Amino acid sequence: MPGFVIFASFLGFGALVRESGLSLAHGLFSTATGWALPGQIALVELYSVGAPLLAIALAVALTNARLLPMTVAVMPWLRGPGVPRWLYYLAAHWIAVTGWAQAMRVAPLLPAPQRLPYFLGFAMVLWPATLVGTALGFFVAGSLPLPLVLGLVFVNPIYFMLVFAADLRVRPRVYAMLLGAVAGPLFFLVWPDWGLMLTGFVAGTAGFLLGRAQERAPRWRGGGGRG
Amino acid sequence: MAENPLDGPWPWVVLAVGALVTYFWRALGVALSGRLNPQSPLFEWVACVAYALLAGLIARMIVLPLGSLAETPLPDRLAAAGLAFVVFFLTRRNLLLGVGSGFAVMVLATWGRHALGGG
Repeated sequence: MPGFVIFASFLGFGALVRESGLSLAHGLFSTATGWALPGQIALVELYSVGAPLLAIALAVALTNARLLPMTVAVMPWLRGPGVPRWLYYLAAHWIAVTGWAQAMRVAPLLPAPQRLPYFLGFAMVLWPATLVGTALGFFVAGSLPLPLVLGLVFVNPIYFMLVFAADLRVRPRVYAMLLGAVAGPLFFLVWPDWGLMLTGFVAGTAGFLLGRAQERAPRWRGGGGRG
Repeated sequence: MAENPLDGPWPWVVLAVGALVTYFWRALGVALSGRLNPQSPLFEWVACVAYALLAGLIARMIVLPLGSLAETPLPDRLAAAGLAFVVFFLTRRNLLLGVGSGFAVMVLATWGRHALGGG
């Protein structure tokens, strides 16, 4: 079932790629080498507004910075006896939300020598599926009636809105998301190229500080805490 | 919007840089694993920045979309996003039903307007 949702989300990405004036090869390359959908979507969206390369690179880097703590957290669970070091660096390419969550859940239950093969096996099913999804979304966006194409493109924001809304247990992140959702469109209007970066830094830092201040002082005094 | 040439090397440069900065975090994670605490305040701040950036991007894609979505009326997009949200939480966070209902609202609204507008 998670596989089907992932497939649908890459279907939406394929449609977005076509809508943005990129080719199928571009879309497949992005899915194969990036393999972290939020960053891919940020890249395609910023590309289509003609943002400078530095702005795109920084926005993608910030969007995907979560991969660092994710990798740090999962690596101890993938280590096995006699595995050469380069293989970990290769396997790390397939660390993304779905495979990561699966590995964190299942790997601790497996004997150490089976963990890395399990993770790679899981990734080698998911990876081709996302490529097929990207290609199918791209083709379908060129042949379906407009309402269906619009629905497919709209899957991109909806999917991540729900994924991230489901994962809001940490208070600073809730504030960061709420502030970001307000700041994102406003900053975009003022500064299309760099507005997204600014949103991340300003709303993210404000949410972080606000959440931490509140966690330290449990008896919140009320009043306008909207940053 | 489509002023960048499709066939030129530019999209490839952008995509390759995007892939490099993405893989950079994964490689660094392997190198540093066991030496960094993924629950430290620094990582929490990084997570907050990433969440805010993504929320900003998602909100912008709904409120101020690019391409042909820009021609759909804002109430349609807000209704689709809102219903997706409600269905998602009513169905105990079923992603497929949530995304599916947002998709359905967008398709039906666009279809309905086309039919009514006699297009």
